[in-house]
Amino acid sequence: MTEVVATNHTILVVGAGISGITAAVEAAETGNNVVLVEKRPYLGGRVSQLYKYFPKLCFPSCGLEINQRRLSAQGGISILTMAEVTAVSGSEGNYSATVKISPRFVNENCTACGACGDVVEAEFDNEHNYGLNKRKGAYLPYNMAKPQRYVIDPRIIGTDDAEKAKAACKYAAIDLDMQEQTIEFKAGAIIWATGWQPYDANKIQPYGYDRYANVITSVEFERMMDKFGPTGGKILRPSDNAEAKDIAFIQCAGSRDRNHLKHCSRICCMATLKQSTYITEQYGVDDADAKGTIYYIDIRSIDRFEDFYRKVQNDPKISFIRSKVANIVQDKDQNPILNGVDTEGYHRYENRHDLVVLAIGMEPSVNKDSFPLEIVINEHGFIEADEANGGIFAAGCASDALDVNRAVQTATAAALRAVQVVNRVAGSEG
Amino acid sequence: MSLNNAMLEKYRNNFLQEVAGNVEQGDWVKMCMQCGVCAGSCPLGDAWEHSPQKIFMMIRANRREQVLSSDSMWMCTSCYHCVVRCPRGLPIPHIMHGLASYAKRLGLAPKSNPTLWFAEVFWNNMLKKGRVNELKLGLSLYFKDGFASGIKQAMAHQKLGINMLKAKRMAPMDMFAGHAIKDIFGLHKMIRKAQEIEAAKLEANSK
Ligand SMILES: Cc1cc2nc3c(=O)[nH]c(=O)nc-3n(C[C@H](O)[C@H](O)[C@H](O)COP(=O)(O)OP(=O)(O)OC[C@H]3O[C@@H](n4cnc5c(N)ncnc54)[C@H](O)[C@@H]3O)c2cc1C
Ligand code: SF4
Ligand code: SF4
Ligand code: SF4
Ligand code: SF4
Repeated sequence: MTEVVATNHTILVVGAGISGITAAVEAAETGNNVVLVEKRPYLGGRVSQLYKYFPKLCFPSCGLEINQRRLSAQGGISILTMAEVTAVSGSEGNYSATVKISPRFVNENCTACGACGDVVEAEFDNEHNYGLNKRKGAYLPYNMAKPQRYVIDPRIIGTDDAEKAKAACKYAAIDLDMQEQTIEFKAGAIIWATGWQPYDANKIQPYGYDRYANVITSVEFERMMDKFGPTGGKILRPSDNAEAKDIAFIQCAGSRDRNHLKHCSRICCMATLKQSTYITEQYGVDDADAKGTIYYIDIRSIDRFEDFYRKVQNDPKISFIRSKVANIVQDKDQNPILNGVDTEGYHRYENRHDLVVLAIGMEPSVNKDSFPLEIVINEHGFIEADEANGGIFAAGCASDALDVNRAVQTATAAALRAVQVVNRVAGSEG
Repeated sequence: MSLNNAMLEKYRNNFLQEVAGNVEQGDWVKMCMQCGVCAGSCPLGDAWEHSPQKIFMMIRANRREQVLSSDSMWMCTSCYHCVVRCPRGLPIPHIMHGLASYAKRLGLAPKSNPTLWFAEVFWNNMLKKGRVNELKLGLSLYFKDGFASGIKQAMAHQKLGINMLKAKRMAPMDMFAGHAIKDIFGLHKMIRKAQEIEAAKLEANSK
């Protein structure tokens, strides 16, 4: 049975992406008790699925590693994975949270030796790779996952596979009788850091994500670059596994559009500029076939990111076409063909590419109707900073479409506000 | 002073404002972000001179003459390909038709445009009896370019005509009179009133 020691001096952090981890560490470093609740079986959120970070082009795993080390070095933080907040009652300084914990079927004894995964046969879509490949029914979500502990997929419970996995484990780490638990505990303040999800590309009908194998999303493109990812670090066309060299990027895919997300997702221009550098990284400067074409309405590289934009503009391998693509068709070899009219001269084009990457929009991961608590959100579903929210503060992409730098800033701000609330509670109790 | 000159005088170099103030749905033009989706989606493709995207930019650029005398607005078929995709939700065909009718009112519409011609024939045909006389409408369309070409056109569309007769969408006796709606005078009165209101509005706007 999982137990959490919490009082109304405790700060509850919901979501352990880069924002939630930052908020948790910073709140705990001021001497407060923190409970960190994460829905996935591992920490890190969506940055764990990125290959490199703009603007420095360093690896996110490095920053994550540092933060996770801070997290485990810092006392006073209880971490619950595979856990979701299902209800919150009470008010500022005195909340009560209900958390549902799904069974992992694997306990702390796990050494991540992998024997269970080897014997299990059932395979499922690999969530970490956005379904680009399969994983076993007993699995480590990804090679660097924290905690380094396997998970048994509930869909194999009751099958031979589950028994095989259990029999293969030499460390008595598999417990097939683990049950879902619901726990309730107190908190003085809550930091809501549930982040974002990519907009559903199937809804952008003219781009045919649902019909054309060689139309993928930007989040999938990030996964392809990972050496331990679904393609072993190669940029491959899903239709025939051939190397994709002539790559098109379509900006505002699902954003700034009354039929989809009305807001500008803010990070996708920079994400595409960054991803355009992956082409040269993969094929080198001398491969004449390797090139990128960016179709855009306008490039929003805010503040100091302008330098990065200039650099890409000067890259002879990358061209920019000012136009929102009207639609995509495919030829008999499953090459995507992009149709549209450019704004600089009104030329009609019909351009063939090997692969199309949709710079997919960012929407809040929690649907506006399914918050388990009273909270003020804006028309796009992001949480507003509002007095009516009492002791509940948003951090990271739960509050807006943000890059990591800005997400972490909002996390620090949320931690400070939460600390003030619990300090006030402590003060009034004398 | 002609309405055209009055408008010119009033709006000087601000055609965008003139469009917003006088063209049906014209105030939407300023919402266009020039993304090009409408132009890329329009089945007319290269068959017309100016796509909606380009027309909207020309409005901003004060190309008043060029826009109002263009035949592009007259070519829009209201297929709605552009409307369902426009990220800004502009009612594009409505604006195009609004521009066309405004140009016509100012006397700037192109003189020999087939769509304009057809629109007039259609309107007059409809106005006579309060409903469209398909037979006469079809015939005037076929004989538009003279007798010989008309016979050829009519023969080519024979099957369509027979099907329309069968489906009771066209009555052969309509050649002579055609049946009018119940209160045709009431309709005429209504339309006159509407036209008066519209003319007065434009007149007032031009002051
Ligand atoms: C294609 C692409 C490339 C990008 N590249 C960069 C880049 O190079 N540099 C950069 O700065 N930014 C980049 N970003 C942006 C970056 O991904 C975000 O800024 C970052 O992920 C925000 O972190 P977060 O913690 O706020 O949200 P998330 O990463 O979404 O984390 C939220 C966490 O909350 C958990 N959660 C969700 N709901 C619940 C719930 N109900 N209960 C409990 N837990 C829950 C989730 O499982 C997740 O672990 C990119 C974005 C995209 C789309
Ligand atoms: S559950 Fe057992 S077999 Fe599976 S990885 Fe962990 S220790 Fe190895
Ligand atoms: S950041 Fe760029 S690609 Fe993303 S929605 Fe905004 S303008 Fe479009
Ligand atoms: S699709 Fe809409 S916003 Fe884009 S150019 Fe056309 S009218 Fe303007
Ligand atoms: S409604 Fe008119 S402008 Fe729009 S796509 Fe159809 S023909 Fe073109």
